[in-house]
Amino acid sequence: MLCDLCGKNQATVHLTEIIDEQMTELHLCEECSRQKSVQMEQQFGLADLLAGLAELGGKAAEDKEVAEKVKCPNCELTYDDFKKIGRLGCSECYTSFKKYLLPLLKKIHGSSRHLGKLPKVKAALSKKVSELDDLRHRLQVAIEREEFEEAANLRDQIKELEIRERG
Amino acid sequence: MRVDDLLNHTSEWLKGTGPNSDIVISSRIRLARNIKDMPFPHRANKNQSQEVLSAIKEAIDKTEDLRSAMFLKLQDMDGVDKQFLVERHLMSYEHAKTSDSKAVAVDSDEIISLMINEEDHIRMQVMQSGFNLFETFNIINKIDDVLSEYLDFAFLSDLGYLTACPTNTGTAMRGSVMLHLPALVMTRQINRILAAITKLSFTTRGLYGEGTEASGNFFQVSNQMSLGHPEEEIINNINGLIRQIIEQEEQARQALIAQARSMLEDRIHRSLGTLESAHIISSRETIELLSLVRLGCDLGIVKDLTRRTINELFILTQPAHLQKIKGRKLSVEERDVERAEIIRSKLQRR
Repeated sequence: MLCDLCGKNQATVHLTEIIDEQMTELHLCEECSRQKSVQMEQQFGLADLLAGLAELGGKAAEDKEVAEKVKCPNCELTYDDFKKIGRLGCSECYTSFKKYLLPLLKKIHGSSRHLGKLPKVKAALSKKVSELDDLRHRLQVAIEREEFEEAANLRDQIKELEIRERG
Repeated sequence: MRVDDLLNHTSEWLKGTGPNSDIVISSRIRLARNIKDMPFPHRANKNQSQEVLSAIKEAIDKTEDLRSAMFLKLQDMDGVDKQFLVERHLMSYEHAKTSDSKAVAVDSDEIISLMINEEDHIRMQVMQSGFNLFETFNIINKIDDVLSEYLDFAFLSDLGYLTACPTNTGTAMRGSVMLHLPALVMTRQINRILAAITKLSFTTRGLYGEGTEASGNFFQVSNQMSLGHPEEEIINNINGLIRQIIEQEEQARQALIAQARSMLEDRIHRSLGTLESAHIISSRETIELLSLVRLGCDLGIVKDLTRRTINELFILTQPAHLQKIKGRKLSVEERDVERAEIIRSKLQRR
């Protein structure tokens, strides 16, 4: 029996696919079956992601609609596109879709806070400026996450740093 | 250096040395990095991809550990060359699928490889023989630090390194250990182990990474989560899990020797016998038989073969390797004949 996909090599893998209660049989050669299994893995991974996204902490439907139309100003990917392809368009997407990505990241990794290394240059760069930026950024995230104790703590640190810089 | 030069060279990860090399084939760390604000490869246009490619090439040339690496643009490579690098684990199957604005850099020991414009702008990996994740991490960490001096990596202080797929965000690090677990398979304990690995949020894959099935008793165990823990902690967690699997495999090996020595010796010697005399052999059968011979070697049942020779045979008998050795395209049937011949000659020469 020849492979159903390439029609060239001998079929050695026999696959049964059930889509919408419709059963189809596929007979594939080694090469095509390898490609097929990569495809299936991707589809599965994506379906998984989307299932996670759909829940989004049980947000109202209109909120979801808004989310789907949000567009990244840098690469013009919409959140809806992201849901379809499972890949973000550029690094700026993380900021553009932050509100919707945080619960997803938490779902995938069990956390949405990076505790690993920093790019060396960032670590060494004039600490003061970036520290203030960093604190402000973290404050915003803490508020979004409703971590109010952390937010209060960060607000105090920002005040202190601002006073020190002015002084 | 050219792709063909690798043919007569044993990759570092195949040397069969390093800690616990009876059970652990290799340790690998992969880091994903992207250039700030540049669209990720799947969304970049040709000009942007070319820009990324040359910026990264420039950074590579300034990085001591990579400066003398072989740099290959995929558009200049034929199908066999690409598959050859995939078989040597220097390039992903995913990367080899298309060529536009893609490249791969490989150092002469085949310890370091760096893919440009794969799913992320940079996918770099360091791979070593045996159970050695921390040393492996130290090497890649140093390279990453140097590259970050020349490239503006996409990074946010609260989310870490930003990647095309949110499953890699944060450390963007994947640590993988390739294990050979024949005794756990033979004693039918492997499913219990694999289920436990998944429960602990680690993943298992086959010899050729994502989307491939585990075959010939080889299993690749990796961390699934990349965000929320420092790199060292992630590695510590993988190490802890691997140590337990090693222990279980050792116990299963001892149990087999104690309770089924004759059966074990029979299967191992029959496997060796088939490899020594077959004239037609498939890739799958080769891997299965070599796996048993390797076990025999680890247990001192096969005395006149080194792990290195067996490891080399795993790679030399892969389709692109056979075609490189022969210097021409081979059909599946021709490959099965050629494969058997190479195995026989390698085993005779020992």
